Amino acid sequence: MSKREITSKDSEARGGPGVEIVRSEAPSELLRELVAHLRQNRTQLREEWVVRITETRLLTAMTKEEIFAEATSVYDSYVEALETEAFEALQAYARNLSERIIPRGVETHEVVGIVLLLRDVLARSLFAKYQTDFKKLNRILDAYEPAANRIANTVAVGFVQERERVIRQQQEAIRELSTPVLQVRERLLILPIIGVIDPQRARQLTEQLLRGIRTNRAKVVVIDITGVAAMDLTVANNLVQTVEASRLLGATVIVTGLSPEIAQTLVTIGVDLGKMNTVGDLQGGIEQAERLLGYKVVTLADPRQS
Amino acid sequence: MEVPILKQGEVLIATFQAALSDADLEHLRRGLVQQVVRFRSRGVIVDVTAMDVMDSFASRTLREIAHMIRLRGAETVIVGIQPEVAFAMVQLGLTLEGVATALDLEEGLAYLIEKFKNID
Amino acid sequence: MRAGEIRVAINSDQDIVAARQKGRALATELGFSTGDATLIATAISELARNIVSYAGKGEMSLKMVHGSSRQGILIIASDNGPGIRDIRQAMRDGFSTSGSLGLGLPGVRRLMDEFEIASEPGQGTIVTVKKWKQ
Repeated sequence: MSKREITSKDSEARGGPGVEIVRSEAPSELLRELVAHLRQNRTQLREEWVVRITETRLLTAMTKEEIFAEATSVYDSYVEALETEAFEALQAYARNLSERIIPRGVETHEVVGIVLLLRDVLARSLFAKYQTDFKKLNRILDAYEPAANRIANTVAVGFVQERERVIRQQQEAIRELSTPVLQVRERLLILPIIGVIDPQRARQLTEQLLRGIRTNRAKVVVIDITGVAAMDLTVANNLVQTVEASRLLGATVIVTGLSPEIAQTLVTIGVDLGKMNTVGDLQGGIEQAERLLGYKVVTLADPRQS
Repeated sequence: MEVPILKQGEVLIATFQAALSDADLEHLRRGLVQQVVRFRSRGVIVDVTAMDVMDSFASRTLREIAHMIRLRGAETVIVGIQPEVAFAMVQLGLTLEGVATALDLEEGLAYLIEKFKNID
Repeated sequence: MRAGEIRVAINSDQDIVAARQKGRALATELGFSTGDATLIATAISELARNIVSYAGKGEMSLKMVHGSSRQGILIIASDNGPGIRDIRQAMRDGFSTSGSLGLGLPGVRRLMDEFEIASEPGQGTIVTVKKWKQ
């Protein structure tokens, strides 16, 4: 809490005859007074706030009952933060709250909006209470404003952090889903890669594949890159590393669908393509894998004939 | 640190623990070669499942073990490299080239048995 | 319990193991994945190994760092050994090298996110590496 500074207005008032200036309250005393006021008028102020929220058309994704329930806990946490200045606890609360409301579709501007509305509702009630004592009102606001602004900031930041965390999680899940490691036969895994691979995704694929080799006890892996147009040097290196790391786990890797461009990239980084197990297409790769595993490839009779 | 070496017929199985110092690895290398000679083993399985880090020295030691054992007419298979360890190894450029590897003890034994068949 | 800075004196090969175990513990405490903790421990092992092999003794320092919106681990390997005459040479290698020769510095760089080296022949070497939590 910042130390209270004597403003020039106060000095001006000092000399007036018969005027008594009370300016000895410490900021913490003022804070306590204001917190007491906010607690006493809790029901009324909270309702006012909810009305404002509905008027401004915020939290449209939630029902009136839900808004009221959340409003109660937010109001109490707000006042508590004013009282205790425990902003870390507030941030934790904000993250928890966000965890609940983000799945409901609540957005950042709504959360910032309602916190600012609460700040305004409480400020107005302070104006109303201390309207006859302008100097006291100023002192009260001196205590209130920095704290209220810090609360708004803390809640907003907490919400945004939670949102970013959720987004990161979703991205991770999408990445994993979009490239499944498939087990088609016993001891044979297929990893079809489609689209653009950035170094981060490439690394994630490698880790996924290596874990898959161990879980499925795979002896042969077919990595199909037919759907990959081009690779930068980092990703090309990652491919080579994936082949080498798979071998350390006792699995042979067959790369299929190698385009001339990617073959060139590999040669550029010093790969001896002669040493790498490559086959033109996925089907051919699977057949070779089956041969390596000791399966005999049998052609079934044409079903159209029967 | 004593590393247990088990004898299973013509195969020796050495189980490395985590936190082996350089001196331990050196000691192990000599010990394994001695045992191969003593028992006239045809194969050696080095199980590194418990090793949570494989650095350049460990990698070089494994290659030396395989080399010296081959000089005595036996085959070596390294088994149990963990996925995270394998990934770190290839980043460092440690590929254990020229040394046979398998997923685990079971696969390692299968590999050696196959190898013995082909030799006979 | 968040440690401040962890310093490990490197005098022998036993200390290499100690340094990487402490590194893994710190990485895990900071919330790195098992995979990343392994990369970090491996990098520490190599850096500590260089100290033992080329300088005889030195020190590893491990601690948490803060970035603009992320956390990471900072590792400093320092010694007063002979130093590296030609840093560019030491940092050069093809991606698929056996890695058993030389200082393995390019490998360490691949393992970590940031890499800096300062070395003066006759004065010593300081390698500074960082890895950020995903």
